[in-house]
Amino acid sequence: MSSVAHLPQDPLPIGPRPAPRALGGHLTAWLRANLFASIPSSIMTLLLLFLLGKACIGLWQWGIANAVWIVSGNDSSACRALRGVGACWAVVPEKYRFILFGTYPFSEQWRPALAVVIFIALFAVSSRRSFWRKELFLLWAAALIVIGCLMWGGFLGLTFVTQDRWGGLPVTLILATFGLAFGFPLGILVALGRRSKLPAIRSLCVLYVELIRGVPLISLLFMASVMFPLFMPDGVNIDKLLRAQIAFILYAGAYLAEVVRGGLQAVPRGQYEAGDALGLSYWQKHALIVLPQAIRHVIPPLVNTFIAFFKDTSLVLIIGIFDLLTTAKTAIVDPAWQSFSVEVYVFVGVIYFVFCFAMSRYSRSLEAQRGTN
Amino acid sequence: MTTSTPKRPPARSSSRTWRLSLSDPRVAGLFWQILVVGIAVAIVAFLWSNAIHNLSVRRISTGFAFLGREAGMPIADSWIDYTPKDTYLRAFIVGIVNTLRVAVIGIVLATVIGTLVGIARLSSNWLLARLAAVYVEVLRDLPLLLQLLFWYVLMQGLPAARQAWKPVEGVYLSNRGLILPSVPLHEANWWTILALVAGLIVFTLVRRRLIAQQMLDGRARPAWPYALGLVVALPALVSLLSGANWSIMLPELRGFNFVGGLTLAPEYFALLIALVTYTSAFIAEIVRSGIQAVPRGQSDAAKALGLKRSFVLQHIVLPQALRVIIPPMTSQYLNLTKNSSLAVAVGYQDIVSVANTTLNQTGQAIESIALIMMVFLTISLGISLFMNWYNARIALVER
Repeated sequence: MSSVAHLPQDPLPIGPRPAPRALGGHLTAWLRANLFASIPSSIMTLLLLFLLGKACIGLWQWGIANAVWIVSGNDSSACRALRGVGACWAVVPEKYRFILFGTYPFSEQWRPALAVVIFIALFAVSSRRSFWRKELFLLWAAALIVIGCLMWGGFLGLTFVTQDRWGGLPVTLILATFGLAFGFPLGILVALGRRSKLPAIRSLCVLYVELIRGVPLISLLFMASVMFPLFMPDGVNIDKLLRAQIAFILYAGAYLAEVVRGGLQAVPRGQYEAGDALGLSYWQKHALIVLPQAIRHVIPPLVNTFIAFFKDTSLVLIIGIFDLLTTAKTAIVDPAWQSFSVEVYVFVGVIYFVFCFAMSRYSRSLEAQRGTN
Repeated sequence: MTTSTPKRPPARSSSRTWRLSLSDPRVAGLFWQILVVGIAVAIVAFLWSNAIHNLSVRRISTGFAFLGREAGMPIADSWIDYTPKDTYLRAFIVGIVNTLRVAVIGIVLATVIGTLVGIARLSSNWLLARLAAVYVEVLRDLPLLLQLLFWYVLMQGLPAARQAWKPVEGVYLSNRGLILPSVPLHEANWWTILALVAGLIVFTLVRRRLIAQQMLDGRARPAWPYALGLVVALPALVSLLSGANWSIMLPELRGFNFVGGLTLAPEYFALLIALVTYTSAFIAEIVRSGIQAVPRGQSDAAKALGLKRSFVLQHIVLPQALRVIIPPMTSQYLNLTKNSSLAVAVGYQDIVSVANTTLNQTGQAIESIALIMMVFLTISLGISLFMNWYNARIALVER
């Protein structure tokens, strides 16, 4: 302590120099750097502003200024009078219950609504890093069972609702989520099989993955809807939705297998060898050492696969299953509203966009986190 | 046999003798393989026997004999001659041609638009970069089928042929689709096209030779005089000599429809727009990440050497970016081709649509779906082989 007191005093510290002043203030400097940096850039900016302005004015007039927002009692005459000039958003409040929940009994539609809420909560919980534990699997199993019970009913005073009356957003979410929940374990097994040293197993897995990935999803769905009954013994009749779900699981399995395989390749050899040195069996080694690392590597591409998958569920329209897009297309079969399909597609598009955009943002934030770690 | 396990501890006494126990890796390997293959074979056999039984109950004969029967299926939009009196085989060929027509043109357009948007995303112009980002984000986050239905509905909402929009002379947009002016191909014109192709091939060979000579002595030899001679002058000369007729044929409105010109039916046009815009959003991201993957130092170093801007892009940045771009691009091309099967939703008769109609008319479900799969597996294989060849060509040559 005392020695410090004998040291000579520090000279006055020099403060940091002020930042150089931008020429002409903050905004002008920004405009100069980003919009008018050179003559070609300025021309481009002006051209884009002109086109953007024109598009915005047109959209404003059609979508807001001249639009019909609400009509009373399924009467579309106000809309038809403005056809081509203004949008008819009134079709949305008129039809949204059918678009969202299909032909599910009207008084019971709180059940699919609750199922959708559970789905969203499930996704939200799964996206949090602090919940990435073993208990998450139990949570998923519990949530999926609860959703099944809600949709089917038949107990505790809930009336039983058969699958062919399900429709809309819950069906889209069920196809995508169950497809992922069952396709993911399948994908892991196939990815392991494809890297196996046993030639018969390896070639079976390669055959499965390449066959599924080589053909369009529609042909798989056709197979599920037309060919599958031919392959079943007499008297066995599997519901159409379930058949489509099986096709989706097989489809997801093949794509997820390739993603997981990428992760497995990224795990260093030493990790496998360390597992061998500890005397772990094949399954112990993979479950405890390799897979946790491999899957962490590929979480962003997994989310991207899930986005693609969520969008692909709309293809069931072609085999006549009532998902969100099919209910939207059916809602405008009603002659009164026939000519307002653009508005309905915009409404459904917003729903799809919200889900996909949230997921793609999430995937990007994960990649950014990995970049900084 | 299939039981060699190369990484076994060498110091095991039983390494040569076979123990009948699952703790011997060779026995375990054999056991698991027999089990899995056995299950797979059993499932296939079970399904197959059911199928045989069900087909005989429903009196559906198996095999491809139905391909020779009269299809009775109208196909509106076809590039090869077809009437409903033709056979199923011919209908399938029309379907395949229609699939290839939308896939090939779609791939070319999506590559061009995607590349432009990808470069625009990296633009120093903030507005351009933002707009490109919005384009990518919106198109990527909506299902393709929804976009397709949306475009198709817009197409149907266009005015009738008599009130068609006419943005430029000879181009009409109506609910009959997009009508473009065309150049009718007379017989004499084929000689010119042949000359152009021959000129291009010879020019490629000449250019390769010039580059080989430059490799020897380091002196650059200009290739443009050869290009002028072989690709421009030669076809022009042939065109003059053979008396080719290159007059442009403008479409004309007669009655309720257009005569002459090239018609893109609304189904085809909607499918093409949907496929091109959707895929171009993905290609834009691939191009962007490819360009960003080239370290800045590369172009800085090239500029420091005094190389021209266009030379830097062509010879320094692009070859390195392409190495990152090509593999994911291949899978986008495959996706576009597979997605073209959504045509069935708007009634454009591609292979899937034709097979679906055939399936409903004849009940030959297994054969029809097998044909779809065969066609797509062949196309996928073709694209993969071509892109792998191209990828190998541009790959980094290491010692």
